[in-house]
Amino acid sequence: MKKSMKKLAGLGLTLAMAAALTACGGGDKTTETTAGKAAETAAAGETTAGSTAEGTYKLGAIGPITGSTAIYGQAVKNGAELAVNEINAAGGIGGVQIEYNYQDDEGDTEKAVNAYNTLKDWDMQMLVGTVTSAPCIAVGAESSNDNMFQLTPSGSAVDCAKFDNQFRVCFSDPNQGAASAQYIGEHKLATKIAIIYDSSDVYSSGIHDKFLSEAANQGLEIVADEAFTADNNTNFSVQIQKAQDSGAELVFLPIYYSQASLILAQAKQMGFETQFFGCDGLDGLLTVENFDTTLAEDVMLLTPFAADAQDDLTVKFVTAYQEKYGEIPNQFAADAYDAVYAIKAAAEKGGVTPDMDASTICDILKVSMTEISINGLTGENMKWSADGEPDKAPKAVKIVDGVYTAM
Amino acid sequence: MMSFISYFINGLSLGSVYAIIALGYTMVYGIAKMLNFAHGDVIMIGGYVVFTVVSTMGLPPLAAILVAVIVCTVLGITIEKVAYRPLRMASPLAVLITAIGVSYLLQNIALLVFGSNPKSFTSVVSVPALKLAGGKLTISGETIVTIVTCIIIMIGLTTFIKKTKAGQAMLAVSEDKGAAQLMGINVDGTIALTFAIGSALAAIAGALLCSAYPTLTPYTGSMPGIKAFVAAVFGGIGSIPGAFLGGLLLGVIENLSKAYISSQLSDAIVFAVLIVVLLVKPTGILGKKINEKV
Repeated sequence: MKKSMKKLAGLGLTLAMAAALTACGGGDKTTETTAGKAAETAAAGETTAGSTAEGTYKLGAIGPITGSTAIYGQAVKNGAELAVNEINAAGGIGGVQIEYNYQDDEGDTEKAVNAYNTLKDWDMQMLVGTVTSAPCIAVGAESSNDNMFQLTPSGSAVDCAKFDNQFRVCFSDPNQGAASAQYIGEHKLATKIAIIYDSSDVYSSGIHDKFLSEAANQGLEIVADEAFTADNNTNFSVQIQKAQDSGAELVFLPIYYSQASLILAQAKQMGFETQFFGCDGLDGLLTVENFDTTLAEDVMLLTPFAADAQDDLTVKFVTAYQEKYGEIPNQFAADAYDAVYAIKAAAEKGGVTPDMDASTICDILKVSMTEISINGLTGENMKWSADGEPDKAPKAVKIVDGVYTAM
Repeated sequence: MMSFISYFINGLSLGSVYAIIALGYTMVYGIAKMLNFAHGDVIMIGGYVVFTVVSTMGLPPLAAILVAVIVCTVLGITIEKVAYRPLRMASPLAVLITAIGVSYLLQNIALLVFGSNPKSFTSVVSVPALKLAGGKLTISGETIVTIVTCIIIMIGLTTFIKKTKAGQAMLAVSEDKGAAQLMGINVDGTIALTFAIGSALAAIAGALLCSAYPTLTPYTGSMPGIKAFVAAVFGGIGSIPGAFLGGLLLGVIENLSKAYISSQLSDAIVFAVLIVVLLVKPTGILGKKINEKV
């Protein structure tokens, strides 16, 4: 009995390795195709290896599904679940099914660590999460000790990818600055740029600094670089006037939506009409109470995902998501969906097997994450560097008739 | 040159708002000899009243301002009666702390009632923008209305104090409270009237402030309140023309230093100028020198 078990396990292992090898062999192909298509190639592999492979991968996820940031966590939970179901239906990761366990952290650092420990007791092998930045940093301290592979879909603070076991799907806060400059440069939106930013805020000044250094590479000319501070953030007449006088064709606003709504209103009062461009901090502009949304017309913002984009992958994702959860997915759902597919691609590339412990898997994934390239919802040709930062083409949306419209 | 004029006019507009708020500080200080730190928050309440009346009842802006003036006047008199009058004989420090307490009370009530989300304020001004020099210079309707309103209030207030009995009573109370009482002046009534006028002005300032810089949060009044207090000290606290001059100067200095020196350091520059002025003239630009009698 014992012997036959061992034999079976051995057989399973060989098959799993074979599956992993085929995935490796087809590596170049997988990397070129979209994540959805990657699932199909895996589905083809299923007939050879899928049903006989032993064990499952235990994929944990952490995020808030109650509390003030519940919308984000719920979206991540759904998006990741959708990806897991798709992958399982198509045969799993290298023929091995995924078990998925999502724990609530209420957006709280302490509860996030508790959730992490709960998942560890469940024998989690890989972690998607956490959703918000502060819990992500707290969990990172634990996961780096344990050498547990951690991929956050949406933790954008710099420290969310501090340790070598941590990767992220979204851009880090400052990297949005570089991405914005690239987007403006590549799409030739303007060459003369004015910036208005909050020098007293780490998010805003972080983006601003990166934008400045990348702008030079993109051939953008910064004609006005104006700051404000938290104590002086209602009167923008001078900054707007300077931007106007400098002949800027585009005003870059790496700030939050509440100040942006003021800048838009004052620019209109002063008769300054130009292209405004912002980062994810502007997301929320349209929901400011009593805000005249016509002021935001034509404002562009960098966001990883637009639900109304017409590419096949997005359409398929949005339709499936709406069918299952009855709402339109936001960027967090898309980030989580990509996170699961990235783990799949990296696990297949590195030849991970389900009998490995979390630490071994982490060592493999640390390397293989930097070797994969996937086409996801939040970017084409996504690649990762060893410091955990994603490298992908930035996407932007434009506000037209009061709604986000993909560019 | 065009941009200099534009910076200057926008500075005047900002300064006019400071001046209207500073009038409230300076009158209360002149007459009750106390710093009413809750003044900035009365402005915020005024803003919320206008916002609520316009957005829920759909009344025209002028009627909304009238409602706000009434609400703020009642609020000002109530604050004076409940929080400050019982402390009239207490040490100035106790009154100052009470004023700070009232300020936080108002902010937190607003936080409870209206929430912390910023609300976008619909401008109460329907005057079209003025385009000069072939469109090179645009002066917004809000700027024009703010400056004009400030001048009207200034003239009205000066006339009120010079020509009416109540105004003369105010002057008398500010000179010498005890003597005024002996002369048959109702000191408590005069102080209440001062608070009423100051709060009514705060409601107007709130509507103008939120029209020019259209956002409304429970903390909207605190920074302009502090700046206006500085303006009042700058011009000489207790002096009405001083508050006017101080407010305008502060607004213009703030905007010009933002434009020509550094947009980050404008506050630092404003306060540095204040220190220099106070070193040279400790009572402020138009402040009266008080001779201590032995």
